[in-house]
Amino acid sequence: MTRIINHPILGKLEDRKAVPFTFDGKTYEAFENETIAAALLANGIRKLRVHEDSGTPRGFYCNIGHCMECRVTVNDHANVRACLTVVEKNMVIESGKQHPNIVKRMVEQQ
Amino acid sequence: MRDVIVIGAGPAGLAGAIASASFGLKVTVIDEFIKPGGRLIGQLHQEPSGEWWNGIKESERLHQEAKTLSVDIRCGVSVYNLEKDDDLWNVHTSIGTLTAPYVLVATGAAEYPIPLPGWTLPGVMSIGAAQVMTNVHRVEVGKKGIIIGANILAFAILNELQLAGIHVDRIVLPEKNPLSGKAGEPEEVMKSLLNAAHLAPSPLLRMGSRFMKNGSFRKIGMKFYPKNGVKVNGTPLLLRKAAIEIIGTEQVEGVRVADTDENGNIIPGSEKIYEADFVCIAGGLYPLAELVAVSGCPFQYIPELGGHVPHHSEMMETPLEGLFVAGNITGIESGKIAMAQGTTAGYAIAKHAGKDGAAIDKQLQEAVQNVRSVREQAAIQFNPEIDSGRRKMSELWESLYSKNTRENSQIKIG
Ligand SMILES: Cc1cc2nc3c(=O)[nH]c(=O)nc-3n(C[C@H](O)[C@H](O)[C@H](O)COP(=O)(O)OP(=O)(O)OC[C@H]3O[C@@H](n4cnc5c(N)ncnc54)[C@H](O)[C@@H]3O)c2cc1C
Ligand code: FES
Repeated sequence: MTRIINHPILGKLEDRKAVPFTFDGKTYEAFENETIAAALLANGIRKLRVHEDSGTPRGFYCNIGHCMECRVTVNDHANVRACLTVVEKNMVIESGKQHPNIVKRMVEQQ
Repeated sequence: MRDVIVIGAGPAGLAGAIASASFGLKVTVIDEFIKPGGRLIGQLHQEPSGEWWNGIKESERLHQEAKTLSVDIRCGVSVYNLEKDDDLWNVHTSIGTLTAPYVLVATGAAEYPIPLPGWTLPGVMSIGAAQVMTNVHRVEVGKKGIIIGANILAFAILNELQLAGIHVDRIVLPEKNPLSGKAGEPEEVMKSLLNAAHLAPSPLLRMGSRFMKNGSFRKIGMKFYPKNGVKVNGTPLLLRKAAIEIIGTEQVEGVRVADTDENGNIIPGSEKIYEADFVCIAGGLYPLAELVAVSGCPFQYIPELGGHVPHHSEMMETPLEGLFVAGNITGIESGKIAMAQGTTAGYAIAKHAGKDGAAIDKQLQEAVQNVRSVREQAAIQFNPEIDSGRRKMSELWESLYSKNTRENSQIKIG
């Protein structure tokens, strides 16, 4: 996806400083004061995590902090909302991963 | 010592902070978003006068005015609990607990979801999410989108997406079921759109509006509703097609859609897949009032206001001493009304805090009056029955809290 540089009413996007960060080990660039969700989308990434149990992919949903669908790990801090968190220089962001479901496995083994 | 904590830096919270601070009160505003303005910053529409309502500019104006009055605004801070301890409110936040004798809760609204198979795929988002990504973050949400759900917010944001050059391929309804409720019934959708006919972008809707207001004509109208829809600003509005499933493996690839009869029932064998790389779900708005609920404030279900709302007076007091509310938390309306309510709450707090008699009384009365006149002139009204909803709440307040204790209507707790 790309950024909306020109807008007939809101005007032209001013030049902003680029801020490097990593997501799942790969380096990307955000703009200053940009949220993680916006920066990743601008880099073509919609998938922010997988469901902890089923492993199915998830992205942002509400984009304003209400739904918790966008939770990622930021500098080892888990469950951070990507839609409310501004990218900082050299931030290390990890997508949410699938967790082992011990109870389910026990039931399956029986 | 801080006098007031405002939770939410939307139009209601900022206007409330400004009004309180203009009477010399010390105010802190807390908001979890990255910048002040709330949902106002995403808004961009043309008023009937032709002027643009540019939410970013309005927010900047409010922010500037608040700063001039030394209001302390903290963004990126979440509030998760609110309770009273003797004379002070404790506001528990992600950066610790703040206290003040007065709290104004102005947390705004949230969107009703419409769950359907595939809606958890990346690329599916609420219609408001697309507004914020487009107008606030200026990142394209996709190349080709489908909107599920037809309501006034969906049309406002459709227009915003188009302005930014984003292609919305079509608008369909959600499948009729208990989860989608009225949003899945073509006739109900038509009825609600007609109430906003002055805003309806399509000449056909506008022309047909008076005719279609009659129930039996509307039924016939739905029966003969064109199969290929009616164009809204170039995007087909398909009231006789329903989304059954959003498809894709790693992200959205399309939507499975079926034709429906005039009552929204699926016509078997009519399914088709429309390609898309993003989908917006438009389920409407409800007051985001959890914080006030945990504080112990009583609530009332008033559908015209969008759902459960805290008991409050026209001066924006709640029954709990020192606790005030304003904006969409009290009922779903547009930004200008939220702002007028915020001003009222700010003056009401100044009055409760014992600020100068005559001036404050006059300003408070004028502010209450102003809410009514802004409402009468509103360009966007989410619920046509809003007046009746507001009346219900003020009658409830009169009957429960006003009669015997007019002077001191707020309950002491804690
Ligand atoms: C997604 C969306 C799109 C909308 N689009 C339009 C539109 O195009 N036109 C229109 O007229 N109206 C629109 N509205 C209606 C909108 O609610 C009003 O126009 C107006 O913004 C309401 O003002 P407010 O001050 O009550 O709340 P808001 O503007 O919503 O502000 C509330 C603020 O409170 C903050 N907040 C909430 N909970 C917490 C918490 N626990 N801790 C910290 N901060 C918190 C939020 O981050 C937010 O900034 C929209 C509403 C939504 C939800
Ligand atoms: S997308 Fe809903 S909380 Fe971030």
